[in-house]
Amino acid sequence: MRNAICTFCGNACDDIEFDGFVGKNLCPLGEAKFSAKQRIEGPVVNGERVSYEEAIDRAVEILVNAKRPLLYGFASTVNEAIRLGVILAEKLGGIYDQCSSVCHAPSTLAMIEEGIPGGTLGQAKNRADVVVFWGCNPVEAHPRHPSRYSVMAKGFLTKGRQYRHVIVVDVRKTATAYLATEFYQVKPGYDYAIFSALRSIINGHEDAVPDEVGGVSREKLKEFADILVNGKYGVIFYGLGLTHTRGSDRSVENLVKLVQTLNRHTRYIIQPMRGHFNVVGASAVAAWEAGYEYAIDFSRGHSRFFPSEFTAVEALIRRDCDAALIIASDPAAHFPKRAVERLTEIPVIQIDPHPNITTLIADIVIPSALVGIEAEGTIYRMDGIPLRVKKFKETEYWSDYEILKLMLDKVIRLKGE
Amino acid sequence: MALQIKNGIVVDPKNGISGEKMDIFIKDGKIVEEVKKNCRVIDATGKLVVAGGIDLHAHIAGCKINTGRAMRPEEMRFVRRKSNGLRAAVGRTLLTSPAIGYEYAKMGYTTAVDPATPSLYVIHTHEELDSIPIIDKATLPLFGNWHQVMRYSADKDIEKLKSFVAWVLERTKGYGVKLVNPGGVEAWMYGGNVHTLDDAVPGFGVTPREIITSLIAAVEELNLPHSAHIHCNNLGMPGNYETTMETIKLAKGFENRDRQVLHVTHVQFNAYTGSSWRDIGSGAEEIAKLVNRIESVTIDMGQPIFGHATTMTADCPWQFELHKLAKAKWCNRDIELETGGGIVPYVYRAKNAVNSVQWATGLELGLLVDADKIAISTDYPNGGPFNSYPYIATLLMSKKFRDEEMKKAHPYIEKATSLPSIDAERTIEDIVKMTRVTPARVLGMKNKGHLGTGADGDVAVYDINPMDYNSSNFQAILKALKNPLYTIKSGEIVVKDGDVVSEVWGRTYWVDVRDKTTTELIERDLEEYFNYYTVNRENYGVEERWLQNPLRVMAG
Repeated sequence: MRNAICTFCGNACDDIEFDGFVGKNLCPLGEAKFSAKQRIEGPVVNGERVSYEEAIDRAVEILVNAKRPLLYGFASTVNEAIRLGVILAEKLGGIYDQCSSVCHAPSTLAMIEEGIPGGTLGQAKNRADVVVFWGCNPVEAHPRHPSRYSVMAKGFLTKGRQYRHVIVVDVRKTATAYLATEFYQVKPGYDYAIFSALRSIINGHEDAVPDEVGGVSREKLKEFADILVNGKYGVIFYGLGLTHTRGSDRSVENLVKLVQTLNRHTRYIIQPMRGHFNVVGASAVAAWEAGYEYAIDFSRGHSRFFPSEFTAVEALIRRDCDAALIIASDPAAHFPKRAVERLTEIPVIQIDPHPNITTLIADIVIPSALVGIEAEGTIYRMDGIPLRVKKFKETEYWSDYEILKLMLDKVIRLKGE
Repeated sequence: MALQIKNGIVVDPKNGISGEKMDIFIKDGKIVEEVKKNCRVIDATGKLVVAGGIDLHAHIAGCKINTGRAMRPEEMRFVRRKSNGLRAAVGRTLLTSPAIGYEYAKMGYTTAVDPATPSLYVIHTHEELDSIPIIDKATLPLFGNWHQVMRYSADKDIEKLKSFVAWVLERTKGYGVKLVNPGGVEAWMYGGNVHTLDDAVPGFGVTPREIITSLIAAVEELNLPHSAHIHCNNLGMPGNYETTMETIKLAKGFENRDRQVLHVTHVQFNAYTGSSWRDIGSGAEEIAKLVNRIESVTIDMGQPIFGHATTMTADCPWQFELHKLAKAKWCNRDIELETGGGIVPYVYRAKNAVNSVQWATGLELGLLVDADKIAISTDYPNGGPFNSYPYIATLLMSKKFRDEEMKKAHPYIEKATSLPSIDAERTIEDIVKMTRVTPARVLGMKNKGHLGTGADGDVAVYDINPMDYNSSNFQAILKALKNPLYTIKSGEIVVKDGDVVSEVWGRTYWVDVRDKTTTELIERDLEEYFNYYTVNRENYGVEERWLQNPLRVMAG
């Protein structure tokens, strides 16, 4: 298979060659994804192997009888399945939430306040002469990002590494920092203050900036601001270093304001470094089906959005949910302890190709086909560009779409609507 | 099952029927001569029976409206229906996909066209279109700032441009050619814009005039069902009516027997006189005269509605201006090699002089341009919600309603526009033209916009008698247009007494002109150009089998 799309990180590299065993053009993360791993053998209900139909019947029984089921995950499956997930949550009067809520949700909150002046990754490749990585480490988290899109990419106007000024801002010298023209080491939690300082300098209020902000001297900050303003086209990539430290959504908001200021002098865009290959789809599909990206409650028969009540973690800690359907995710490994404790108390249904920590606490486990290898569908790359992932291996496993389709049909029949 | 709409008063201007009592029959989704047996009968005695409405310009799907939804949860607190039987529907002016389908059906509309999709994001647009119930739909890919297009225009190479247009339409399953601020979005990539038809686009040595005429030439030679569809340069700026008039005149060099050669969209936003916000006025009269004179141009209104709106367009430089002007939040997306997009929330205030001029300008156009050359639109959601079309139609039909509404607007419109002095009232036949016949002809959809044999079985029945109504009783007109007694889509009753009763799924139209040209011409250019994309050529575009209900139209 040529030009296959890698279904691991938000890069969604679409130049993979794969013969069923060995892949070309894969980074170490992609290689792990494409290599053979332990699979869940078949549908299991309370430790007993059953057929797909029976497992789905039992799952539907739990969901329909629950007062407010939680549907969580979705970032590692295709849009077609996500759409059914949103509709299922609506019909059940449950909660729809997805992996963003423990990841880049602060970016959504910042967007609600200020918007996002963004662009596609190709803009970094073709035009950018200044590239900033703020609180992100693509060399380890998105390994092919620098060569395909940002640092070394050969575009039609910016023809390679030597034409780019690469800046890395982080709390420690990360692997990405070694690629940088300039590295600024900042104190943890001081991003907001540094954005404010840069805005002040660019707006001509340099005198308002103290001698040192967040571990960076005023002189250094002036240098930094100069580089930014003198770029013809700049791209600022940011990661969880910004969204998951002090300030979170307010820091991102201040970064957006910095970019708004920069656009009054030159051209700048920002781009969050999204994790899973279709976490953007898990937001987008929910937005067009229900109006919001995450933390959506349907208990009143229509969608409501309230991040501090309807995100999966909050709903679990408040003991608001009495059943959970987990799709293509592993909350038991990543959620806070109290949220996981609640998961162990309620019936949990899991749909996933691989066994993981959540499998251990799940009452019903329904294995699914591997998206991008055994199942096709649409995914959105980190910049929202839609790509169609391919199926190039036959399988006995049902796809997420097929499983959810049957579930939804049965729920609609049982609910009589 | 077949359907008979009995004893209605039919207004079907395309077939020369203006208020005749007759029966309409629908079988297998199409209008037929007569059905004798097994026929469900709807009694429409004394009621208006017309074809389903057509919206030729509404941003109903794709990354722009969806980013708008994500950015504006405040829009979504308006609950339109709960999930009982059908889908839940929410949204004030920005609607969710199910809400879009339901709201169109609820005012008797059965077709809508998304007018601007970046080709790189077209899979997303089709996914959303496939999530909109009831209506038929189509999407127009954006061409006006595409590097390939600008290169071919600079070289005056129409053969290659034709080949490229055909390739794009096939890859995107698109329906026509859209231009947004041609050249201006490319200039925006370094913070600029173009201000006249003869400004050079940085890096390409081509002018907006050349891009527009080259694309019209390509579209005409390929004989696409829909003409070039343009959002002019200088949108939103005082004094821009001159650029608009010049753009309209570009159509003079071309001819087409069946339809216009240039559709100029949301003209209200491009019809201002004056040199600043202080002396802005309406240039609608001048534009109306010109449009009425030139055979080959059609327009749509782009009527703003007082209240909330969300502006979204590929015209990035204008959106940045609006962000500064309105001090509102701003989303932008620069799209590699092709185009861009921007989103800014906006409120049209009746007490604001400029907003009032905009409101009056749109209505002037609606009253002064011939009914077979203008379509009703709000450029949804830029001017306001599409479900205000009944309100716009009533304003055009009733001088008394206009006078009432004008009292709410800023008095500056008396000085800056001619609206207060226009006494004309549109007839129901005119409104049927502006919402059915004209859009169908503009789009080249021959089976739509009329009730002749073979037409699509899309019908709306309104509680108003076209032969006997009083234009000063505007409340009755508005109520009738807002709450159709029936909306019928492909022979199925989807709306009864103003409420959705069932859900069907419409088709997505796309145009295939590959047999009129060959991709070989541009093969080498494409190979070179995909070096600069971040998506491989094999992964670019959308296959027909991925769409839920595609309908391929062969051009020519």
